[in-house]
Amino acid sequence: MADKAMNRRKAVELLLAEDDDCLVVTGLGSPSYDVHAAGDRDQTYYLWGAMGGAALVGLGLAQARPEKRVMVVTGDGEQLMALGGLATIAVAKPRNLDVIVLDNQHFGETGMQPSHTAQGVDLAKIAETCGFAETATLVSLDAVKGLHERLQQATEGPRLFVLKVKAEALPRSLPPRDPTFIKNRLRAHLGLLPC
Amino acid sequence: MSYVPDAGHTSLINLLSNDAEVTCNVLTSEEEGVAIAVGAWLGGMRSVLLLQSSGVGNCINMLSLPVLTRSPLLMLVTMRGEWGEFNPWQVPMGRATQAALEAIGVSVVRAETAVDLIETVEQAATMAYEADQQVAVLIGQRLLGKKTW
Repeated sequence: MADKAMNRRKAVELLLAEDDDCLVVTGLGSPSYDVHAAGDRDQTYYLWGAMGGAALVGLGLAQARPEKRVMVVTGDGEQLMALGGLATIAVAKPRNLDVIVLDNQHFGETGMQPSHTAQGVDLAKIAETCGFAETATLVSLDAVKGLHERLQQATEGPRLFVLKVKAEALPRSLPPRDPTFIKNRLRAHLGLLPC
Repeated sequence: MSYVPDAGHTSLINLLSNDAEVTCNVLTSEEEGVAIAVGAWLGGMRSVLLLQSSGVGNCINMLSLPVLTRSPLLMLVTMRGEWGEFNPWQVPMGRATQAALEAIGVSVVRAETAVDLIETVEQAATMAYEADQQVAVLIGQRLLGKKTW
């Protein structure tokens, strides 16, 4: 699978086309670098830690701003730490939350140790069983182009898509590390006061 | 409002669950609620996390998120393992609750009577939402009473 898998940077670029105004939350490690490499935007909240928190930060944001679409871009290791969170999101049934898992089947930041998804654990099936409205595993950039269109359509509940990406260490594209700065930048984008 | 249920929070969970203006999330583990609270605040919404003292142990690393982002956080923690406790499994985390919260940077206040509780929660909410603090109110087991078994 890993050899046939897609380039993660190209996949994220396709998902973050310029006309897309969705709010984005990224999971720590490579997903934060991938989203930053596609263009630093005020409406992106990058996590550098709090492993397992990305999809749930996305849930809180989606519930607070039901008029906005929220997209979480995270990795397999980060989402594996929050399997229970998939149950919580499914029960909460937000209609404006999409979780994108960039699945390279490895813990890329720590020496490329194989993760559970390399050994058969299927995050899309887990999300489906929890009750997500839509789930799928995508293995080609052509499929991701179609996904970008699909994500613009309304949904009855949360969606989760696993993108099988190559296990490779690409040059890091480092987002701002000051957590308060990126918080206030996103809040200002939404017309909220800093603090 | 997010919660992992505790008997001591039953009335509050029922009140908030029946309030159309409140969004409620039942959690599988308490740290989920910490992340949800930060996300809600990113979007401009206040929230509160209801949990039992044993659940504080599940939250520790996730608390780096509100502490570091300086996002308001209000936790209402019902205490176990500290007063008339019959279950030894509740004691270690009950003993560690305040120290663990303070170690990660969360302010802790305690309430021991019903009158005290109202004022304590009110001021904790002010500290959280006006002063950008992360505050846990520990609701004493003495106030909650012995669990009927």
